Amino acid sequence: MSAVTSPVVPLVEVGDLSKTFDVSPPWLNRVIERKPRQFVHAVDGVSFSIERGKTLALVGESGCGKSTVARLLVGLYAPTRGKVRFDGTETTEMFRSGAALALRRRMQMIFQDPYASLNPRWKVADIVGEPLKEHGLLAPDDGKSRGARAADLKAHVAELLRSVGLAPADAEKFPHQFSGGQRQRISIARALATQPEFLVCDEPTSALDVSVQAQVLNIMKDLQRKQGLTYLFISHNLAVVRHVSDQVGVMYLGRLVELAEKAELFARPRHPYTRMLLDAIPDIHMSGRARTPVQGEVPNPLNPPSGCTFHPRCPHANARCKEERPALLQIKGVRIACHAVEEGRI
Amino acid sequence: MSAALLEVRNLRVEFPTRHATLVALDDVSFEIAPGEILGVVGESGAGKSLTGAAIIGLLDPPGRVAAGEIRFDGKRIDNLPYEAMRKIRGRHIGAIFQDPLTSLNPLYTIGQQLVETIQTHLSVSADEARRRAIRLLQETGIPAAEQRIDQFPHQFSGGMRQRVVIALALAAEPKLIVADEPTTALDVSIQAQIISLLKRLCKDHGAAVMLVTHDMGVIAETCDRVAVMYAGRVAEIGPVHDVIHSPAHPYTVGLMGSIPAMDEDRERLLQIDGAMPRLTAIPSGCAFHPRCPKAFGRCHVERPNLMPAQATRAACWLHAADMKAAA
Repeated sequence: MSAVTSPVVPLVEVGDLSKTFDVSPPWLNRVIERKPRQFVHAVDGVSFSIERGKTLALVGESGCGKSTVARLLVGLYAPTRGKVRFDGTETTEMFRSGAALALRRRMQMIFQDPYASLNPRWKVADIVGEPLKEHGLLAPDDGKSRGARAADLKAHVAELLRSVGLAPADAEKFPHQFSGGQRQRISIARALATQPEFLVCDEPTSALDVSVQAQVLNIMKDLQRKQGLTYLFISHNLAVVRHVSDQVGVMYLGRLVELAEKAELFARPRHPYTRMLLDAIPDIHMSGRARTPVQGEVPNPLNPPSGCTFHPRCPHANARCKEERPALLQIKGVRIACHAVEEGRI
Repeated sequence: MSAALLEVRNLRVEFPTRHATLVALDDVSFEIAPGEILGVVGESGAGKSLTGAAIIGLLDPPGRVAAGEIRFDGKRIDNLPYEAMRKIRGRHIGAIFQDPLTSLNPLYTIGQQLVETIQTHLSVSADEARRRAIRLLQETGIPAAEQRIDQFPHQFSGGMRQRVVIALALAAEPKLIVADEPTTALDVSIQAQIISLLKRLCKDHGAAVMLVTHDMGVIAETCDRVAVMYAGRVAEIGPVHDVIHSPAHPYTVGLMGSIPAMDEDRERLLQIDGAMPRLTAIPSGCAFHPRCPKAFGRCHVERPNLMPAQATRAACWLHAADMKAAA
């Protein structure tokens, strides 16, 4: 393992990451109906990096590819093109080799639905204890009796449960005995079991009520402070993103359209899509304010518009936007993919 | 208030089970004036959807209205026979549900569904019904309504489907619309469009709305008044501005504090510890007392009713008249 872990080297580096899914109809249908193969470019040339101990949030509407990015990072999908570097080493090859286990120990994932991501037939002790056993993280069993090993595991699980605000006695319960927020804490405890450096959180609070969401977000922030965790936080809720993140990436139809520091993005959103998203948020404290009406809907990703994929909904689109795809450029400290911003039209 | 369009008085909804009778709604009272938009907000299990279902007479058995009454336009509607209620539902009270895909029949074109609804409730010819249907679709902002009226629900996107559902709810010109989480299944940018559409159309048609949602942001933008529900009871009710800016009930305070704000930076969110109680174990006294930071002796034993508190009405002993006298 490389000893280069100076703070300037980002923990996670993603370059030109792409994932294409084949969604063609079956061979016979293609022949009879004379249809070509069909592909969805779920993620198309996404690049970003996350520094150690920081949080990058990806936002966008459904179908923009943010969850696919999460799955590519933790190795649940293999990328079609592009690289993911974790702590200086490229992961695609590592996930296929014998080093995969060691890599997986260092990055864990929290899923959206705490009802589907916990095995209903397992006790919490087994759910949280599984990664410990799987990765051999318990003290070496040099001649220890079975009882001593079990006690060791139990102490570990109790410690993990305490760190997410649950009681050690909860280890003997089944998932159905918990509320949604408590289940999400169990998922977090399971993810923390391997003492990871990097957590990928895919909409961790979208299925929760607001008061419970606040509990989970607070725990995640506390853990980051105490253990120096690095997060990739995926959400469609800009208010939540504003609360948790350091950097924000806005995605639209598989591409990153704006990537900026949180304060910059919320104070001065540049990309028309980012502005539109911010306008779409109901504002609690200015009741009665009229919002700028948002136009149109997300196009079908199977048949995305030419040029800049946002041009049919964009108030600033011109002929160039219809034909030429904008690249993600560094403009005034933020990275942005928009012809209008590049030309200084907006 | 005799001018109220809808009056709910001490509504109690029970679910008899083999072990015990679960009280899902208890002593819920509010009214909606003609043309008014009342928001009903709360977390999962607070009974907000159930209140809507009770009003439109669609409680799933074994659920039943056990006490209290619902008056619509001065007449009691909670004890009507099924057929009589069916005539009111759709004609006088429209409904919009959360999932636009399941509230449309996939086997009929949206035109057939709209025409059927219009002809069931209004005596008009088929041609006139179709003209009305097209006009409704145009009003809800569906492009090329003349062509799209003959398409099936699966040919519409989620946002467009919800527009069709709104057109259906408005088809018979009802005086009240019960909208149960109409935007929860939609993306944020579509949500904004649907909310402003709902607000504009109900104003144009003079329909009052009971908007059930868990999203305080939607409430703030849309409603005139808001009722905050907790564990099957109304915790606080009042004008939307007052409930949001100077909440009187500790639950409303916690709820507002736990929402990440767009215009201020906080290291931690205010959190309400614990979770909503289950129906099988509603705490004694005030149902919120185990989670309430300000609970005192009386809260454990005696249940508070709605009482005037600052600009709103809250069910909380902190605002009892004798408390104020002592303070």
